[in-house]
Amino acid sequence: MFSHSLVELSRLLDQRSISSVELTELFLSRCQDHNQELNCFITLSPRTALEHAKAADKLINNKQHGPLTGIPFAHKDIFCTEGTRTSCGSKMLDNFQPPYDATVVKKLNQAGMVCLGKANMDEFAMGSSTETSFYGPTRNPWDLTKVPGGSSGGSASAVAARLIPAATGTDTGGSIRQPAALCGITGLKPTYGTVSRFGMIAFASSLDQGGPMTQTAEDAAMMMNAMAGFDINDSTSLERETTDYTANLNDSMDGIKIGLPKQYFSDDVDAGTIEKINDAIKQFEKGGAKIVDIELPKTALSIPSYYVVAPAEASSNLSRFDGVRFGYRAEDPKDLLDLYCRSRSEGFGNEVKRRIMIGTYVLSAGYYDAYYLKAQKVRRMIRDDFQQAFKEVDVIMGPTTSAPAFGLNELVDDPVQMYLADIFTVSVNLAGLPAISVPAGFSSGLPVGLQIIGDYFSEPRLLNLAHRFQQDTDWHKQIPEGFTE
Amino acid sequence: MSYESVIGLEIHVQLATKSKLFSGAATRYGADPNIQACIVDLGMPGVLPVINEDAIKMAIKFGLAINASITSLSVFARKNYFYPDLPKGYQISQLDLPIVASGTIDIRLDESEVKTIRITRAHLEEDAGKSVHEGFGENTGIDLNRAGTPLIEIVSEPDIRSAKEAAAYMKKIHSLVRYLEISDGNMQEGSFRCDANVSIREKGSTELGTRTEIKNINSFRFVEMAIDHEIERQIDLIESGQRITQETRLYDSTKDETRSMRTKEEANDYRYFPDPDLLPVSVSDDLINEIRQTMPELPDAKRQRFIDDLGLSEYDSEVLTTSRELANYYEETLTVAGNAKLTANWVMGELSAALNKDGLEITDSTVNAQMLGQLVKRIDDNTISGKIAKQVFETMWAGEGTADEIIEAKGLQQVTDTGAIEKLVDEVISANPKQVEQYQNSPEDRKGKLIGFFVGQVMKASQGKANPQQVNSLLKEKLQ
Repeated sequence: MFSHSLVELSRLLDQRSISSVELTELFLSRCQDHNQELNCFITLSPRTALEHAKAADKLINNKQHGPLTGIPFAHKDIFCTEGTRTSCGSKMLDNFQPPYDATVVKKLNQAGMVCLGKANMDEFAMGSSTETSFYGPTRNPWDLTKVPGGSSGGSASAVAARLIPAATGTDTGGSIRQPAALCGITGLKPTYGTVSRFGMIAFASSLDQGGPMTQTAEDAAMMMNAMAGFDINDSTSLERETTDYTANLNDSMDGIKIGLPKQYFSDDVDAGTIEKINDAIKQFEKGGAKIVDIELPKTALSIPSYYVVAPAEASSNLSRFDGVRFGYRAEDPKDLLDLYCRSRSEGFGNEVKRRIMIGTYVLSAGYYDAYYLKAQKVRRMIRDDFQQAFKEVDVIMGPTTSAPAFGLNELVDDPVQMYLADIFTVSVNLAGLPAISVPAGFSSGLPVGLQIIGDYFSEPRLLNLAHRFQQDTDWHKQIPEGFTE
Repeated sequence: MSYESVIGLEIHVQLATKSKLFSGAATRYGADPNIQACIVDLGMPGVLPVINEDAIKMAIKFGLAINASITSLSVFARKNYFYPDLPKGYQISQLDLPIVASGTIDIRLDESEVKTIRITRAHLEEDAGKSVHEGFGENTGIDLNRAGTPLIEIVSEPDIRSAKEAAAYMKKIHSLVRYLEISDGNMQEGSFRCDANVSIREKGSTELGTRTEIKNINSFRFVEMAIDHEIERQIDLIESGQRITQETRLYDSTKDETRSMRTKEEANDYRYFPDPDLLPVSVSDDLINEIRQTMPELPDAKRQRFIDDLGLSEYDSEVLTTSRELANYYEETLTVAGNAKLTANWVMGELSAALNKDGLEITDSTVNAQMLGQLVKRIDDNTISGKIAKQVFETMWAGEGTADEIIEAKGLQQVTDTGAIEKLVDEVISANPKQVEQYQNSPEDRKGKLIGFFVGQVMKASQGKANPQQVNSLLKEKLQ
């Protein structure tokens, strides 16, 4: 039962073969059994989960339910949940109970989904390993000595270990796709503006985007139907006609042009990973897709550009954490400056402080033009790179990461190396494009993710290709040893 | 040596929107602390700003009124600094592309001299909250009701040359925003306040001296006092061989002095950058035209119309158009009274005096425009004399009815019946033979003066109701 996809669970609930309460109890007990070894969750809320499950059962019994009604899941702890602690992985917000629900939270509540708890993450989503969390690192269920990726590592690990059938994540530079790849699940980063950012604690506002983390592309499409849509409370959200993300899942891929950027297949990429990606591409060729070699010449510039823009926005976004109105406040402050300095230096972890310092620096008088403005120019060049490519091809494919999961503590002291691990994911955020990571096999026993990048609003196409791939492969069905029972 | 001062003003005007610039919370003044601060105003984690379109429209209205260019794609930027009454740790403002750019406004220095002041820009920004230092012991209270309230900051070029000009400019802007109904302009409540940039230089020089900025001036009187004081301070420094430090100074109205708040070195680096939570504001020509249609008659146009169409003097027109409310009152009175000059005299004379005495605004006047109009009409149609009218006005002011009611009740109608007046004239003549003799023996040029005695006696006998002109001519006739 616990290994079922959302689609399968939805059918079972609809047929009343199982109740939401039963499902919720089942997944809650899995979460409770395994959380100690994986540390996927910062908060579990069994009481409210069961209440919601009961309500869902009522809806199902009255045939007032939708496809997601009664299905358990978890939110990344970056989404504000009214009355339930929302820590963002930080000591700063360890005591923070939001007085409101994020739009995504509201929407999934309305869809009748049952939230079991809040998933672990890198502090304020700053990290690629979930090691910067105040609540300790999450582990990769495929190898407990490895990281699950990040920042949505708790969500990815929990879905991979089948502790929950689905989770929400957020992606600023790869934070959905990279952990999805490293944990062997499916993760979609939608077009910027598709999923409301209201109530999603901001890291870098012009890059942040929420999305689903699931076993399958079909499940991601189901989640997207509930999560996406214009929100009047988010000025950067896009007003468009409602999309049914499940409508095109079975479309033919005959004649689809897939671009393979030379830059994504360099010698720096793990050989096992390249092999699996090439296998996957052959599958698409078999389905009738055409392969085109392309160039994304500005790829190498994406990391430096990203690590100027994102910290700049973060340094400003995180100014509100000052110990005055909410969150951590230093004890017995001498004066105002002492209150600020100690609340912030005691409340934030090292990676967050590092990025605040970088961001403050690049926005400072005299450096703004050289860093921030230049990074924005590079950002436009990267976007143009993609737009050029999409004149030739329908989608772009490559590995999500240059290597499978690295070891816990392996890169903690080498932030630049850690930043470089985002090379294939950050440019997508800089350009605001949608991209999906799907399981494509294993390298040295660890999952490999295939990334499919599309033009703006091409989510239905990305989900279609991922779904067709999952019809022909079973990588997404693999469950890590130790979590099969 | 003779000096010239160079002054530029930054005026902050609170816009009269119902809700805040980026949230739906109310902007009403005087509410209990923090009840008008919603999650967006509190800067809660995860919240996002949404622009208030009314604020955009009001800013455009102001731009059109000063013949400025309206920026078709204006950008909001974050101004970053830490302060307890600034919940997000940044203020959303505008830097590079303000909504209003390069306008002008004319100020009147005296009856004949008009000066044009250039306005560099007017940008939209949110106000901060308030720190409350009393009542919390060693701590400070924070009231965020004002946080997020929309302001436009109007920045002038350094075209102002004296404290007097600065006050005239500030008054003109104040009148304009009230005309446009984009602000209540209430200075006690902080809806209208300004910062003054002041420097001095040798007369004739074209270089700018080092400037100081005087913060938070909230009255026309203080702007004049503060600037005059600052000019003097700067001259004293220069004359004693010292240098001016670029700094921000605070004006203390109780001591009439400015004192240093922070120098340039201590100034914040605000790290402005475009706010990624807000898209650039796009203003279409259609919207501009739509707003143009709703523009009221502006003070300068109204003033000219009063001179040209109503035949009022420059001075009267200027006074009557200083505020939209006064001009409205005057025009409404005029429609009833029908005599422009007489109406102007009454509005600027008796009415203003009564308002001043009771400390009332024109909108709170006990005697409304309809009532005053009726009174003036009764003077104009000779029902009562000007003198009696003053008596009627006082009674009206005391709340004892309309002009006609009072005239009727007290029988104050002017006596214009020639027979009745003639009777009184005859009585007075026969009762004062000595004076009659004196009058008749006087040379012509003295007679004018002496006749006053008889007029006074007749008026007294009529209890002031006789028509003075008729009395005069009858007396002249009979005393021949």
